[in-house]
Amino acid sequence: MLEIEIDGKQLQVPDGITVMEAANTVGAYVPHFCYHKKLSIAANCRMCLVQVEKAPKPLPACATPVTNGMKVWTHSEQAVKAQKGVMEFLLINHPLDCPICDQGGECQLQDLSVGYGGVESRYQEEKRVVGNKDLGPLVSTDMTRCINCTRCVRFTTEIAGLMELGQAFRGEHAEIMPFVEKTIDSELSGNIIDLCPVGALTSKPFRFGARAWEMSRRKSVSPHDSLGSNLVVQVKNDAVKRVLPLENEALNECWLSDKDRFSYEALNSEERLARPMLKQGGRWIETDWQTAIEYVANGLKSIKAESGADTIGALASPHSTLEELYLLRKLVQGLGSGNVDFRLRQSDFSADGKMSGAPWLGMPVADIANLDRLFVVGSFFRKDHPLVAQRVRQAAKRGLKVSALNPAFDDWQLPVANRVCVPPQEMIVALAKIAKALSEQTGRELSVQVAAACAGLVVDEASLAIANSLGSGRRSAVWLGNYAVQHEHAAEIHVFAQEIARLSDASFGFLGEAANSVGGYIAGAVPFAGVPGKNVTEMLSAPLKAYVLLGLDPAFDLGNSAAAAGALKGADMVVMLSAFKSDSALEFADVMLPIAPFTETAGVFVNCEGRAQSFFPVVKSRGESRPGWKVLKVLGETSGLDGFGFEKIEDVRAEVLESDGTVNPAKLDNSVALNVESLRAVEAAVQRIADIPIYSADPIARRSPPLQQTQDGVAPSARLSAATITRLGVQAGLAVRIKSAYGEVSAVVAEDDGVADGCVRLAGAHPMTAALGSLHGEISLERM
Amino acid sequence: MTSKGIILSGLEGDRTWRLADYVQRGGYAALKKIIAENISADQVISEVKKSALRGRGGAGFPTGLKWSFMPRAFPGAKYLACNSDEGEPGTFKDRDILRYNPHSVIEGMIIAGYAMGCERGYNYIHGEIFEVYDRFEEALQEARDAGLLGKNILGSDFSFDLFAHHGYGAYICGEETALLESIEGKKGQPRFKPPFPASFGLYGKPTTINNTETFASIPYIIREGGDAFLALGKPNNGGTKLFSVSGHVNKPGNYEIPMGTPFSELLELAGGVRGGRKLKAVIPGGSSAPVLPGSVMMDCTMDYDSISKAGSMLGSGAVIVMDESTCMVKALERLSYFYFEESCGQCTPCREGTGWLYRVIHRIENGLGRSDDLDLLNSITTNIMGRTICALGDAASMPVQSFIKHFGDEFAFHIEHKKCLVPKDVQREGSKIYVA
Amino acid sequence: MLSSESLKKIDQEIAKYPLDQKQSASMSALRIAQEEKGWLANETIEFVAKYLEMPAIAVFEVASFYNMYDLAPVGAKKITVCTNLPCALSGGVDAAEYVKKKLGIDFNETTADGQFTLKEGECMGACGDAPVLLVNNHQMCSWMTEEKIDQLLADLKK
Ligand SMILES: Cc1cc2nc3c(=O)[nH]c(=O)nc-3n(C[C@H](O)[C@H](O)[C@H](O)COP(=O)(O)O)c2cc1C
Ligand code: SF4
Ligand code: FES
Repeated sequence: MLEIEIDGKQLQVPDGITVMEAANTVGAYVPHFCYHKKLSIAANCRMCLVQVEKAPKPLPACATPVTNGMKVWTHSEQAVKAQKGVMEFLLINHPLDCPICDQGGECQLQDLSVGYGGVESRYQEEKRVVGNKDLGPLVSTDMTRCINCTRCVRFTTEIAGLMELGQAFRGEHAEIMPFVEKTIDSELSGNIIDLCPVGALTSKPFRFGARAWEMSRRKSVSPHDSLGSNLVVQVKNDAVKRVLPLENEALNECWLSDKDRFSYEALNSEERLARPMLKQGGRWIETDWQTAIEYVANGLKSIKAESGADTIGALASPHSTLEELYLLRKLVQGLGSGNVDFRLRQSDFSADGKMSGAPWLGMPVADIANLDRLFVVGSFFRKDHPLVAQRVRQAAKRGLKVSALNPAFDDWQLPVANRVCVPPQEMIVALAKIAKALSEQTGRELSVQVAAACAGLVVDEASLAIANSLGSGRRSAVWLGNYAVQHEHAAEIHVFAQEIARLSDASFGFLGEAANSVGGYIAGAVPFAGVPGKNVTEMLSAPLKAYVLLGLDPAFDLGNSAAAAGALKGADMVVMLSAFKSDSALEFADVMLPIAPFTETAGVFVNCEGRAQSFFPVVKSRGESRPGWKVLKVLGETSGLDGFGFEKIEDVRAEVLESDGTVNPAKLDNSVALNVESLRAVEAAVQRIADIPIYSADPIARRSPPLQQTQDGVAPSARLSAATITRLGVQAGLAVRIKSAYGEVSAVVAEDDGVADGCVRLAGAHPMTAALGSLHGEISLERM
Repeated sequence: MTSKGIILSGLEGDRTWRLADYVQRGGYAALKKIIAENISADQVISEVKKSALRGRGGAGFPTGLKWSFMPRAFPGAKYLACNSDEGEPGTFKDRDILRYNPHSVIEGMIIAGYAMGCERGYNYIHGEIFEVYDRFEEALQEARDAGLLGKNILGSDFSFDLFAHHGYGAYICGEETALLESIEGKKGQPRFKPPFPASFGLYGKPTTINNTETFASIPYIIREGGDAFLALGKPNNGGTKLFSVSGHVNKPGNYEIPMGTPFSELLELAGGVRGGRKLKAVIPGGSSAPVLPGSVMMDCTMDYDSISKAGSMLGSGAVIVMDESTCMVKALERLSYFYFEESCGQCTPCREGTGWLYRVIHRIENGLGRSDDLDLLNSITTNIMGRTICALGDAASMPVQSFIKHFGDEFAFHIEHKKCLVPKDVQREGSKIYVA
Repeated sequence: MLSSESLKKIDQEIAKYPLDQKQSASMSALRIAQEEKGWLANETIEFVAKYLEMPAIAVFEVASFYNMYDLAPVGAKKITVCTNLPCALSGGVDAAEYVKKKLGIDFNETTADGQFTLKEGECMGACGDAPVLLVNNHQMCSWMTEEKIDQLLADLKK
């Protein structure tokens, strides 16, 4: 610890910090532009000049390390004079167009220059004009306003992992730009808008939407991925105008993914369902809530009476709130059925009933910083979990070694030390070999769960490398990604990954597909919670009479849309609770009940680390849509079921969560008690690998026009390795016909050496590929 | 090129840059001596300290002291860099050293590598003197072929590799941390210090950077001893030094003379002021050094201390001579344009301030000056100086301040009369194409 | 994109740097590419970036930072005259004016026949040789009197 003095205040600070950091601890504000606590030090704006005892000239607080006995004055005459001098330089070429600037009211330059008292400019030459850049659909530029602080450049390089912006040219001609005519394609790009201290980079979707001071700021939680990023939703006239990060060091830090930030554009979509609707004689008519609810209650009652309760089933989106998931389960079970599930894209349920709790990350997100070894299995990691990947990227800089097993790789923009890329059906063998290698290495015996299956396996170099890496760690983790969970033999992957984690003393967990992937289990929206029932596959393959669908689009949100279409078509009644109309709802449903999206309702999401985060409505419900929990409550009451007399949402929550609103940690448990006796034979057929594109994953993101215009929103292509292209006799750049057991689609072939040989990577959850039905299995390609 | 010294002396014929020629002049004897007599790294450094050799790149930092800053027991690579990015207007000595005596630099770097335990060195050569870069590559190959570079030099267990890296048109890469960035394949933007290169240099590893002439002086110091070198010059200003004399003299060129030689002698060596005109002003240490009136200069000796006492800097030893035909406003306008053009654009005061300075001086030169412009110029320079990441900000400001200080009348005349004090035809006569 | 000779030269440059520091060769790679292509088109920069496994914008930063790279087509011969103060004192500006007159172009212009481009240069570290000019970046010409400029232009036209 060092003793220093800042503005007359004595303080003790740890060795190695800067004057800026020290000043922040005592709340002394040092003006700055280029400094940002999460970015490397550039010290280029020179705004943070402070007076330091014995230093002949003012020093930049952001870059000057503290030394013992140092005395600093942040606002002495010398300091202020230096700061004013810099401010004058910054302003000589900066347009004074604050009244029409989107940053107006939240501009650091404006704030500071006003603070220093606007003086008439001594600079009378012509001001510099800098051409604007097309950075894509999310970020708008006004480069003449740029002060070259390079925060945006450092962000793309250091946080997003790929240098997509640079400072080209030099001197006065220096310009921030992407490489000629390239847009910014990072899934984290929107953060540069927050980082830009002036109005050079602003939100394109928001552009001129409102002035900063006209909007109110409300807290919320992101409904998309399993991190549960904290949001500030900015609202004007009961409409969401903009979404910004609410800093939470334990989760999203000060960042947001573009999905968290820009999906709100969907909330005013034309497809919003405004009123309850009934299909009569093949035509949709609007109705009132009471009629609709009674219609549903009666319908369910009579189906139960005629065909039995177990012909009623419910499916929920994992993006639903905890309360919605719980009440849906309660409704179905109240009717006497156990058929409820929220694991919509999962296809292997053999671990059901063999698990002791809700699968979760197995560790707090914040502890990623302390990991030194990580093994990620079956994940489109960067796109599925943008900010978790960002944390891993930072940890990798401090020495975290990452290994990965996948059927298809993208560039994660972080160093992956060991990467094994095999077809889906070979992933289990690959895991078995790693387990075996670890057992040989540690001298610890394989558990009975896998011992028989591993017998006779020969460890190869790749599995040895991963075993070595994991085995040499002091704080390791093994994570299963969304693909691993959706895998046709997910349970076997689970068993082997658990074994690998055990043998390497690693923490073991699931990354989690959606905002409430943990919450769904906690709410018991699964067919083994209390009343046994059918899982999603069973509900769709052996059709039921009635389906209640909560917040999902059967065409895109299910692992097998073909099975879904068949089942829904044949049902007597399909009730859809959703914020949006969709083609499939219009086709299959009999009743559509408009429920409120996350901005218009209260609820809880339980994130991947088991943290229950509640949120409140930030705007009034649109049209006649109502919070989902209220709709379900009324439906329960109208159906004459007990236990639906909730007065407020907290009463619902109280039945699921602990009294302090948290998840009982005992309910989080990744262990599975299942034995794998032998390894299944590997089939040679060409296999489909379906990633779920980042902006296709849920109904809100799918409807955000700006997100769909990004590179991540482009139509999927059929991605094959060069070897597979040759073997199948197709040609990159040309369209092919692709057939599955359920249907056929056409797509353009693209060469992608990140895809395992013998496989075709073709995205799911997309209109172009929906006709293929299953996300998995054999497919064939034909030239057209 | 005239030498009363150690680097450019004894160079006769057109093969002086060849290894054989260098060896004949006593080259590589110092290196061989170190290896043969097993002289320790510490001894080498203490010899350099004794010599009072001060960095020839501009700042004049004591070389031996700099070398002792390198961490001793550092695990992993350490680097050496030679700064041959000579781009400071007026400086052209390193080009001649590399053209005529490249092996002196190579030997100096090998010895430095030995003294500081560096495994690798790079010589960063100004892009515009590309022919010299090609030649240096050849010289390196000669040294490699002779076992003077690479693994187990001269059969010892000391290994050192040396490579050439070229610039491609950026003055700022002469600044040592910009130079490192440039070797790393980036644009040459200086780094904020601390950390200093001795702890965080090339590729983040401990690195020492010295000027070409500094390295070229090393073989002599080791061969003849630090005391001998010191004795060539004067206390605290050891050795002889190259002075690049340009401008209004009859014989522009490089002159290697003992430190402490009177300026008048140097001027005489350079053939005196051109056309018998009167000496008006001298920039004694490269364009960044404050200008001095000719009369002040005539009382100076050519060493760090004397020039500094007179209010300027010995800098890189580039002596720009201006006679009475010079318009000081025009001269400053050109220098200011240079700094404006060469600012790397990284830090605010320099990026914005150099352009502002140039524009104000430009308007004065073009008859659009305003009465308060000189105050404005001075105020801009105070707002730049000491507030930038690297010394280019200071380098751009010092000429402005000194020109106004010593030749303020001429600027005032310009502003008031909207024309030069020195008639145009006189200027033209003084600065026309000159044939010696 | 680049000839095999150029790639070979680039490989030699890469070999100068530690194995994991390929990007250090960006300056020489761009120089070699420019020698082959005459100037640095965006495709060329992108190619160099791929070759050195660097982000394209990082290579563009380099290409746009250093003066001697040409980001737009130039004439077959690029002449750069130093007009900085030391040179100017000994006729650097005169020499530039003379070249301008002879070629009928101003700085940053190219003759109609595409033969010559003229540039104004900063200090080349050869002030003692003033006036100096560079031909195609690499050939330095010293003490350029009017006669020598005539001769040079005549030789270059051949
Ligand atoms: C803007 C600027 C330009 C410089 N140019 C050169 C140069 O061309 N050659 C040089 O040796 N040093 C130059 N220097 C000084 C170097 O930063 C560094 O101090 C020097 O190379 C150290 O070598 P020395 O100790 O042997 O002098 C420059 C410094 C600045 C700030
Ligand atoms: S002073 Fe000028 S050259 Fe030096 S870092 Fe700042 S902008 Fe770059
Ligand atoms: S905040 Fe310190 S220099 Fe910019």
